[in-house]
Amino acid sequence: MSFLQNDVPLNWYLLLSAVLFSLGVVGFLIKRNLITVFMSIELMLNAVNLSFVAFAYQWHEVKGQIFVFFVMMVAAAEAAVGLAIIIAVFRVRATLAVDRIDLMKL
Amino acid sequence: MHLILFFLFAGFCLAGAINLLWQTHPINSSLSLIVVMTSLAVLYLLLGAEFLAIAQIIVYAGAVMVLFTFVVMLLNAGREERTLGSRAAARVGFPAVVVLLAVLATVVLRAQGLVEAHLGVGLTNARDSSNLVVLSQVLFHELLLPFELTSVLILIAILGAVAIARREGSERTAEK
Repeated sequence: MSFLQNDVPLNWYLLLSAVLFSLGVVGFLIKRNLITVFMSIELMLNAVNLSFVAFAYQWHEVKGQIFVFFVMMVAAAEAAVGLAIIIAVFRVRATLAVDRIDLMKL
Repeated sequence: MHLILFFLFAGFCLAGAINLLWQTHPINSSLSLIVVMTSLAVLYLLLGAEFLAIAQIIVYAGAVMVLFTFVVMLLNAGREERTLGSRAAARVGFPAVVVLLAVLATVVLRAQGLVEAHLGVGLTNARDSSNLVVLSQVLFHELLLPFELTSVLILIAILGAVAIARREGSERTAEK
């Protein structure tokens, strides 16, 4: 039963965080819906939070976890303002497709 | 035990993230993002961050995702259109993502001196002790001013969200 007592190397947590961040970037690039693009940003924030927690574990430093707490607060504020902007954009353009929201495109 | 839990919830995380990209309907994407965030809360618990695990569930999986789901339903967002996407994303973006992932994975896997995560050990080296005490001591003494500033930030964000999303009186008459 030594398998049950195995510990997880911290590298794997960091690797998971890197993969999640990359998936967030890919989502940001391929998704064509404004809300889903916004969700990909949340996914990237979460991936970075995981590596903060992992490094806080590594160095027994509580500041890392407090940093994650502040990131969560800023992300909550960002989600509120971002979704309000999405509602305002939808009201004017009547679409959520990022290809059709091209007023600031060169 | 730790290994099994890690693989189980890391698998949930990755499956949720891939499903987020795979689904074309925004409501399915937002539900899979909830799976990702809840699994991340379990991973925080494994790393001895109890407070953050609960905050992750309440703030992210609760408040933020309810906001997302609510907006998806409010705007009646349908299936997203499959378009070609931007050429810049295909030519520069995807190679850049591959390079980014390769560099990050190489750095992370070759990093020396990282400890092994052990179940039941938190920030304090003592077993079975909560890190909540340590965290609150630092948060409410040393970092009290930034903590209070976040409440002001949240208040401003709420006011801004209401001001942006509010339907103007002139617009309403123009629409009619």
